[in-house]
Amino acid sequence: MGFWQHQLAGPTDPSHDAAWEEPEPRKGFFTDTSICIGCKACEVACKEWNAIPEDGLSLTGNSYDNTGSLGASTWRHVAFIEQTADRVEEARASGRRLVDLGMPALRPPDAPQGSPSAASGTAPAGLEGVVPTAVADDGSLDAMAAAARTAHATGTLPDFRWLMASDVCKHCTHAGCLDVCPTGALFRTEHGTVVVQPDVCNGCGYCVAACPFGVIERREDERDDKRGGGVVSNVGVAQKCTLCYDRLGHDQTPACAQACPTTSIKFGTLAEMLDTARDRVEVLHDNGFTEARLYGANADDGVGGTGSVFLLLDEPEVYGLPPDPRVPTADLPDMFRKAGIAAVAMFGMAVAAFAGRRR
Amino acid sequence: MAECHPVAYQWVTEARLRGAKVIHIDPRFTRTSATADKHVPIRAGSDVVFLGALINHILANELYFKEYVVAFTNAATMVSEDYQDTEDLDGLFSGYDDKLNNYDPSSWAYATEGEGPNASPGTIGGPAAGHEHGHSGSERSAGDEHGSGGPALEHAKVKRDESLQDPHTVFQILKRHYARYTPEMVSEVCGISVDDFHYVARAVTENSGRDRTSAFVYAVGWTQHTLGAQFIRTAAIIQLLLGNMGRPGGGIMALRGHASIQGSTDIPTLYNILPGYLAMPMVGNHDTWDDYVSAIGNKQQKGFWANADAYAVSLLKAWWGDAATKENDWAFDYLPRLSGAHGTYQTTMAMKDGQVEGYFLLGQNPAVGSAHAKMQRLALAELKWLVVRDLQMIESATFWKDAPEIATGELSTEKIGTEVFFLPPASHVEKAGTFTQTQRLLQWRHKAVNPPGDCQSELEFFFELGKRIRARLADSDDPRDRPLLDLTWDYPLDDEGEISSEAVLQEINGRHLSGDKAGELAGMYTELKADGSTSSGCWIYSGVYAGGVNRSANRKPGREQGPTAQEWGWAWPDNRRILYNRASADPEGKPWSERKKYVWWDEEQQQWTGIDTPDFVKTKAPSYRPEPGTGGPDGLAGDDPFVMMADGKGWLFAPKGMLDGPLPTHYEPQESPVQNPLYGQQSNPARRVFPRKDNLWSPSGNAPGAEVYPFVFTTYRLTEHHTAGGMSRWLPYLSELQPEFFCEVSPELAAERGLANGGWATIVSARSAVEARVLVTERMTPLVIGGRTIHQVGLPYHWGVGRDAVVSGDAANDLLGIALDPNVQIQESKAGSCDIVPGRRPQGEALLRLVEEYQSRAGVTVETSNQLRTTTAGASGSSKEADA
Repeated sequence: MGFWQHQLAGPTDPSHDAAWEEPEPRKGFFTDTSICIGCKACEVACKEWNAIPEDGLSLTGNSYDNTGSLGASTWRHVAFIEQTADRVEEARASGRRLVDLGMPALRPPDAPQGSPSAASGTAPAGLEGVVPTAVADDGSLDAMAAAARTAHATGTLPDFRWLMASDVCKHCTHAGCLDVCPTGALFRTEHGTVVVQPDVCNGCGYCVAACPFGVIERREDERDDKRGGGVVSNVGVAQKCTLCYDRLGHDQTPACAQACPTTSIKFGTLAEMLDTARDRVEVLHDNGFTEARLYGANADDGVGGTGSVFLLLDEPEVYGLPPDPRVPTADLPDMFRKAGIAAVAMFGMAVAAFAGRRR
Repeated sequence: MAECHPVAYQWVTEARLRGAKVIHIDPRFTRTSATADKHVPIRAGSDVVFLGALINHILANELYFKEYVVAFTNAATMVSEDYQDTEDLDGLFSGYDDKLNNYDPSSWAYATEGEGPNASPGTIGGPAAGHEHGHSGSERSAGDEHGSGGPALEHAKVKRDESLQDPHTVFQILKRHYARYTPEMVSEVCGISVDDFHYVARAVTENSGRDRTSAFVYAVGWTQHTLGAQFIRTAAIIQLLLGNMGRPGGGIMALRGHASIQGSTDIPTLYNILPGYLAMPMVGNHDTWDDYVSAIGNKQQKGFWANADAYAVSLLKAWWGDAATKENDWAFDYLPRLSGAHGTYQTTMAMKDGQVEGYFLLGQNPAVGSAHAKMQRLALAELKWLVVRDLQMIESATFWKDAPEIATGELSTEKIGTEVFFLPPASHVEKAGTFTQTQRLLQWRHKAVNPPGDCQSELEFFFELGKRIRARLADSDDPRDRPLLDLTWDYPLDDEGEISSEAVLQEINGRHLSGDKAGELAGMYTELKADGSTSSGCWIYSGVYAGGVNRSANRKPGREQGPTAQEWGWAWPDNRRILYNRASADPEGKPWSERKKYVWWDEEQQQWTGIDTPDFVKTKAPSYRPEPGTGGPDGLAGDDPFVMMADGKGWLFAPKGMLDGPLPTHYEPQESPVQNPLYGQQSNPARRVFPRKDNLWSPSGNAPGAEVYPFVFTTYRLTEHHTAGGMSRWLPYLSELQPEFFCEVSPELAAERGLANGGWATIVSARSAVEARVLVTERMTPLVIGGRTIHQVGLPYHWGVGRDAVVSGDAANDLLGIALDPNVQIQESKAGSCDIVPGRRPQGEALLRLVEEYQSRAGVTVETSNQLRTTTAGASGSSKEADA
């Protein structure tokens, strides 16, 4: 029963479930938004590699985000969120509540409890353990890092902060798009990712409604593409991030992660990514940045965890992410159960009706 | 840095991993601020007050690195008794010349040992080794010569008081000069709170000393002020006081605006210098070879510039080969002589006045990217011919059909006589050569693909142009054609039939021409001779091809070598990664601390050693003391680390070389809504102004009419675009990320002026008006200056009016005028005065009427803001009496 149950929701190994006999270790992204500088190199690298057409030339007036959202012709999207001190305080408080609920990482036992643990400055530092350092173990560096930690654990909230975060397809453990695809255009790869085959897709659009993140979209725009000599490919079919399936097959890093100058976008096996993400959030919590939290790292969530894990510095809604994404199939057992109960009830009533007549 | 140099920012990210604190000081809150520990907003153009207050704080609280300062800087050196400070003269230094509007710097000189006070300045050596008048120095933009060392002194017999107590020591002068630069003054002038000032002061001073170093990093916008060079000087003084020069993790890093801009000053595309920062000879100053040689480096001064004759002879031998002989002074007379300032802006104005016939634009788009872009376009229309070599059909190539002046009626296509030649170039992946980055590191680029069609590299283009011109002149017996005909123009061709860029790098590296090593490539610049036996196209690059190996192509990954990665690329000079690194050891030659160990004296081996190439004579012991009066490298003592300076010391006070004062002093920008609260002298009295009807300025400070342009505007770049857009606005993937010209304003200014986010605004300066979409953002902070709120308007300058690009828009640089720093002729493009109103600008001729209406309301004339002296103190020639 367990195996079948996990075909619809909860923790599982999707490549194995998809009947790959010798699947690769599941691959994924860890996007650490605390070191994102919003350069949008990921967006450009993605478009270059995948030959995606330009996606509109209008100014949104929404900070430096003129991309807007993920879609058929935008597979990476960097969000820019400007926040004043009160909102930062709320983010820190909501993060602290998560910590109090037993989320990973707590401050060292000797740290004063209840004192304002607010970190100073506009951005979290203290990256140790996340970015590989070029310098060998030098005791004094540890001392400096410790000093930096102390410095960050005191002080006041910043007056203002500017959050930047690069969003991408989540490559869900239970992918709504894939589950509803009637043609088999969407498939689970040997890397555990979800990819569209444009030549198979018939453009029905079921997947668009089934994605809890609003990622996949049909390319409807037939506007001339200045780059492609006036031809936009794959019009009318569903499009989204492939996690650079064509690069993974050659042991290459996806274009976005390769281009990211600050290693905000990391790529590797999902297990490594989850470990890195958990270590990082622990460091930030130790430094007093209780607003840090992971997104997509919980295998018991509504999509069975995602293949793209994020470290956020505020609630997911702030970044335009659903707080509690849920794959439609997660509700299938319940729906069938209820339908079954209804059927049994109706059958019972019918039986009862006939039985009544006989009397 | 994250905004404009995101790739380099990975090192900042890594430094933060290792505990570094990053403080960002900028008028606007950028991507850098977003990832820094602290952002400190500052009023554009007020930097010297902020940095000067740091100096005052360091001196008043005795936070300087005492041993370093006494031993390695000129703090203890005594200055002439004739010197008078801005504190004495209300914002002027002694020596201001009201006729020429520049300084005679002779009273700033060091006091001289053994003679009377400053007995005969300038008598030893040629004109530049003496005290050249600031006017002629500025005409030849002499400041650029200091890209690889300090100015020449007549000798180095100076008086010192190492107790630092004598009132004529640099140290005491520094103390007096900055005494009024207090945290309260910072708050009043820069809009930075006293608390924020103390935060920065504490961070910088606590992180400097024996065990720690701090670095200043700036992008070239910091220099784009009428006292731009002095901004950097102020940071240099702080770094010297804190002992952060010549040491790992210290220094001042200039982030350049393009790839290889460092390379294009080393081997200059500037009018006033020759390769390796040798001066371009000037009429009247350098008429003969002897004048020239004694001017560029005097044999009686200390340090390696004393050998400048060897560098100059080797250069002339590289260019003219056998035609350069001792008898003809190495073909010195083949070099043109400067008759005055011919920088890009003087050339533009001359062009507009019909004095320039032809113009080459190589990867430059002045119609959008240069200050006073409108004047640039009007000037291009006066040319006979224009050659544009660019990847795209940029606005500077299409101005004749789509410049905004055609809409206003100032230009009409039929009347423009300029013949435009558009020639397609090879991109950086289609040609081989070097990039030199800000760390002086040369990195070789291999050609990835051949250029398509008719596209040619710059090297190929100029080689071919030279061949054709020489062929045309082949039969000429006119002596004026000799310089062209005698050039060594015999480069080998590669397999593709193109000129070999390796051969050019070898010529730059230099060769031994005679002697036992004849034919060998030079190993480093110390091998160059003044007797014609060596050649080198750029002495500081000598050694890049040492032993016949192209060292700029070295590519050993950093993880496979030590922390200085000496086998990655090649840094000039002599592959040194940190200049003046002798300063990383104490006067006795021991590292200042274990943690900051870099280069030190090895007692056993009796030589300097360390993890970098020592920037010092290898076997010169720390205890070495030269005979008094010795010049050249031998004149340097074993504890004189600044080997390119004429006295071997780091200069807190610049007795020569800076044309607008020996110490940085706060002046308001050419155009500023603020009155200078420190001095009666409002703006830099030595700045270069151009009073012309097409270059008007708004009134400044308390002058009537200043309220018509009440806001400060500043221009800048965004991550998504590259300068004037030639490499980004034609690319859909970059254009869609920042599709339209916008202005950034604070919510307070938006409320005051009725500006709506996403709506339109018109920004008006005394030159022009532009329209932009509005971004209302908390990232712009109103600053309280002298009790009133000053709003700043932020303007990215990437867009231009044209029809060929994917995205276009008004050019922010249309708002700027032309006023220049006197040292290096850089324009003031980071601070100006404007008004901002909601809505789009008028079209056609109505635009001109709007600008005129503002001008007339403000009472703007050609003279407005162009008076150089605005204090009555220290009248010319009688500066002594001004004390009373």
